[in-house]
Amino acid sequence: MAKRLSVIDVELCVGCMMCVFACSRRFGDGGVAKSAIRVASIGGIERGFRVIVCRACPDPPCAASCPTGALRPRKGGGALMDPKKCVSCGNCVRACPIGAVMWDEESNKPIICVHCGLCAQYCPYGVIELEEVRASA
Amino acid sequence: MHRRDPLPRVLYIDLSSKRFWVEDRRDLFEEYIGGTGVAINLLREEVPRGADPLGPDNAIVFAVGPFNGLYPMASKTVAMFKSPLTGNLGESHAGGRSAIAIRLAGYGAIVIKGASDIPVWVSIYGNKVYFRDARALWGMRSTHTVGRIIREVEGGHGFRTIMRIGRAGEKLVRYACVVVDTFRHFGRLGLGAVFGSKKLKALVVVGRGSVPVVDKAAYRRVYNKIYKEIIGTPATKKYHELGTAQNVLPLNELGALPTMNLRKTKFEYAEEVSGERLAERYLGRRVSCAHCPVACIHLAALREPYEHEPYFYKTTFVSYDYEPIYALGTMLGIRSAEGLLMLLDAVEVYGLDAMSAGVALAWMTEAFERGVIGERETMGVKPRWGDYEEYLRAIEMIVEQPNEFYAALARGTEYAAREYGGEEFALTYGGNEMPGYHTGPAAHIGFAVGSRHSHLDAAGYSYDEKNVGRELKVEEVVDYLIREERWRQILTSLVLCLFARGIYKPDLVVEAFKPLGEERSEDELRELGRRIHLLKLRYKLDEGFDFSKLRFPKRIFETPTPYGMLKPEFMEEALKLYRARVEEELKAL
Repeated sequence: MAKRLSVIDVELCVGCMMCVFACSRRFGDGGVAKSAIRVASIGGIERGFRVIVCRACPDPPCAASCPTGALRPRKGGGALMDPKKCVSCGNCVRACPIGAVMWDEESNKPIICVHCGLCAQYCPYGVIELEEVRASA
Repeated sequence: MHRRDPLPRVLYIDLSSKRFWVEDRRDLFEEYIGGTGVAINLLREEVPRGADPLGPDNAIVFAVGPFNGLYPMASKTVAMFKSPLTGNLGESHAGGRSAIAIRLAGYGAIVIKGASDIPVWVSIYGNKVYFRDARALWGMRSTHTVGRIIREVEGGHGFRTIMRIGRAGEKLVRYACVVVDTFRHFGRLGLGAVFGSKKLKALVVVGRGSVPVVDKAAYRRVYNKIYKEIIGTPATKKYHELGTAQNVLPLNELGALPTMNLRKTKFEYAEEVSGERLAERYLGRRVSCAHCPVACIHLAALREPYEHEPYFYKTTFVSYDYEPIYALGTMLGIRSAEGLLMLLDAVEVYGLDAMSAGVALAWMTEAFERGVIGERETMGVKPRWGDYEEYLRAIEMIVEQPNEFYAALARGTEYAAREYGGEEFALTYGGNEMPGYHTGPAAHIGFAVGSRHSHLDAAGYSYDEKNVGRELKVEEVVDYLIREERWRQILTSLVLCLFARGIYKPDLVVEAFKPLGEERSEDELRELGRRIHLLKLRYKLDEGFDFSKLRFPKRIFETPTPYGMLKPEFMEEALKLYRARVEEELKAL
């Protein structure tokens, strides 16, 4: 079954960014440049955080907005990216209303979540988890 | 380090000319790692000997290290400057998102020089530096408001740090702090006043780059090992659950909790201001620094009714930790958690170092009681143990300095006591207000000889606590303090949070260097720690620090510790031995 990343309870988030670092580390280096997740306060850390992840839309607007077919809908939701076809137009970033398409300044291309769940493995507080995608849509 | 690692880049910002430039300081980072090691070198380069700490010649150095952005709990930034409180070495560390933002903006250090003609805030976005007009922010009552405004107008949400000063920094209170990302601080030794003297209201750094490693597989392996240790160890559990506030009751039990200007070491209301009480009744949220899973930052939700408006409340979030509880709680005899939280919020709003402010108020209370000062000096404020409302008024007076007395107190407890009397109960070391441990001889010898007169230099209190019941030997105490302070120079060059010291033991540090393509043995690291420590001492001696003028406050000999009364001969002998040892080494440096 296809899986997708999901924010279970954002109130549990302490803003440690372990997930953000884990996501970037999938390519082997440190830092956050390749991260598909963003954790930011909602106006001061005392008010808590927003954890922005791709929610794996069944009919993803990011893919719909891609003029070159670099982004195709992924089975289970969200999109898959073929970097060879990407012309860095940024339509996908603008098309995602929740801001879950990040931008990699180093390669000048979008960062598309592949729902691998590595981030969730490093969340000590159970804020995010990888879950089965239910068949109905 | 990887040849593409941006760590050696140092960003220089000159506030006088509103210029900035970047230099490759590979020389410094290869030899001194980063953090403390690099910062002390940059400080020595930038600040001419004898410079006025509040003049344009002073410089502010922020430095991070190779582990920031790579390993968990490497979450701290080192700030170095000449301290306006002590007139000597200023070093203070802060977490929040500061270290990650600086490192991932592509810098190992930022040097801020000169002084602006008008209030500014400086924003750093990768290679671009913007000087923003801060005249509209100058004079604002609360650092919270300043943070809210800058948060709205700057970008980089989620990948940035916002450092700012409050009224205390603007008014040059010598122990003003810099508030970092709310609730974290460059607290000690007056960096806030240095910001204020440069008309620098705030510093924003946005960084979201990557840090390349040489051996990716090894990096992943070592990372996972460290992560498992952090998650699994009881050492970090303590910081996670009750936070540092959990120290209140054990120290009280031990008879080591400084109370009412250290007239006592047991506080009958300790329960009221304990970590347990605060967690049960007030804890509203726990948060973390960037890239640290521990979440030791504890925020209390203080709910206060409005007097003239039924069912209308304001809820303020107040960060608490052991040291602020000591300084603004037990030292002032505060008997309620609410009173304590109001005082903690006040110093946050004005941007004062909680520790120095609390010790200053404790001295003021005793001086008032003894008639050393009167209502003429305090302008009607009647400081009295436990009366937090009077202390709230006094805090505002210290910031605004409406008369000579408050202007003197704003220069520090030592200065005020020299001017007005009461030096025998002024709890300061080298001009810095004392931390919250009356655990025994090692704590106090550590405050005296530590390069920043801080409990964090060598944690003498920890040595005391572990050895209660044993008879201490001068040589052993001095050996411990020197060895510990030197190893800590390495930890703060990497730059790790000192709460991670139990995890990043020497062999793990050696192992964690390897994926970076660096082979450094424990011996080499210890030798480097020794040299960094000596460089800091050399700086201090050059700036007029004199071992022979170090004094122990008389009060510490009048109140028993878990070792009984401290013996002046023991303490003096330790000083002498410490001095002889480092002076010999300095000659050979």
